[in-house]
Amino acid sequence: MRGPIRLGALYRALLRISLLDQIQYRVSGAIWMIGAILEPLVFLVVWGTVAENQGGSVAGYEAGDFAAYYISMLVVNHLTFSWIMHTFQYRVQYGDLAYELLRPVHPIHNDVCANLAYKTIMLVILVPAVALLVIGFDPRFHWVAWSLATFLPALALAFATRFLIEWSLALASFWTTRILALNQLYFMFLMFLSGRIAPMDVFPGWLQSLAMALPFYWIIAFPVDLLLGRAAPAEAVRGLMVLSVWALVAALLLRMVWARASRRFTAVGA
Amino acid sequence: MRFLRLLGVFTRIGIQSDLAYRANFVFQMLESTMNLVSALAVVALVFSQTDSLAGWRAEELGALVGVYFLVLGVLNLVVAPSLQRFMEQVQDGTLDFVLTKPADAQLLVSLSQVRIWKIVDVLFGLAVLLVALARLSAEVGAGEAAAFGLALVTGASIVYSLWLFLSTLAFWFIRVENILMIFWNLYWAARWPVGIYPGWLRWTLTLIVPVAFAVTVPAQAIAGRLGEATLVGSVALALGTLAFSRWFWNRGLRRYSGASA
Repeated sequence: MRGPIRLGALYRALLRISLLDQIQYRVSGAIWMIGAILEPLVFLVVWGTVAENQGGSVAGYEAGDFAAYYISMLVVNHLTFSWIMHTFQYRVQYGDLAYELLRPVHPIHNDVCANLAYKTIMLVILVPAVALLVIGFDPRFHWVAWSLATFLPALALAFATRFLIEWSLALASFWTTRILALNQLYFMFLMFLSGRIAPMDVFPGWLQSLAMALPFYWIIAFPVDLLLGRAAPAEAVRGLMVLSVWALVAALLLRMVWARASRRFTAVGA
Repeated sequence: MRFLRLLGVFTRIGIQSDLAYRANFVFQMLESTMNLVSALAVVALVFSQTDSLAGWRAEELGALVGVYFLVLGVLNLVVAPSLQRFMEQVQDGTLDFVLTKPADAQLLVSLSQVRIWKIVDVLFGLAVLLVALARLSAEVGAGEAAAFGLALVTGASIVYSLWLFLSTLAFWFIRVENILMIFWNLYWAARWPVGIYPGWLRWTLTLIVPVAFAVTVPAQAIAGRLGEATLVGSVALALGTLAFSRWFWNRGLRRYSGASA
């Protein structure tokens, strides 16, 4: 029992530090939120306009359904995102990682806490933004109790999977300084296959299959579908299992890559 | 004249220094291709479901995407890197060396950095624009073409003035990069005609961060849907913002006290 207790104490301490740290940079944090809110808002408007032009609905979605979809998307995408792929290369290049490696715990724990702290503080912006979008766009939610009950575990799994995948990909910084092209490739796949550009039903069949064969659909669009009550019970259960498998795969990937990456690291000045 | 000579010199320096990093060209091509393919794929997806988006047909929206990349390319080619460098110079005091040079300081800080590989976005934008124009050739006459050219120049002037204004804030505040982040977020929203947005966002993109003039308005000119009033208005706004940002720049410059002061 000592392991979990120590990890709990570690997280409490790291979260406290992270919160204080993030409060200092609240303005730049808030500015980041503009992009996070603008993206679903723009696609909400675009698809709402298309629905209007098509006499009310596109692929079974009416304007109110798009509103519900993108408001849920805003919440899920915000709660599962990480900025690690944008920043990791600087930690390696400037040698900041050297200090983190000196600590007796894996550096990922600190990143998880920083991420959670940022999201906690930014609730101050997220909650009013969601409220304004609900007032402005008249979303049509069909809450389904059992589906909502599966949302939280799905969201937690989706966060873990996305975080582990992005952390593993960020480790490419150990091998190359040209990380941007790789990042962009990932972000392109993520945009198209995770439902951020449009709900899966709008895409042609082969793209839907591709999105579901890869982790992309599961880490963002799946929790959104659960929130909206769009998945049948059997699909929800299957989805949770698929997501668990991806979480496991991502954890193994991280373990493997990290073992090789940390051996390669030579700090500046060392 | 002096402007062109300075631009020529800085472009030559830019080419010389960027040629040392030729691999960057390959990566810039990769990046720009992914950006362009994504943008066009989204447009294709939208038009797989409809024939018109708030009155815009596929070719017209294609022209808008072309203008978006063209303006983005020009911004990243010279305006953004130069003014970013300027803000660093204010912070570390090396602006002194710029101010002692015998040319207009605003001109120098606006042109000093030319990131030549960013020309890829400009060329991609032009290519998309030309394809869209070829498809619309029956409808685009000399009048539309002239209005487009004028709208593009005025739009670019307005965006430049905004950048100069925001960068000039660096004389008072240290961390202006955050404000530029807001610009990039809103510029991303200009990938769609601003007419589709709800009023508050449309007005933000038209008056507060006027990227609409750089993207939507020129594209409207091509689509033959640009009223004379809008065109005259945007010319007036361009002249106004150029004059204002110049005045503001001079005020900021008077405040600058140098590195050793």
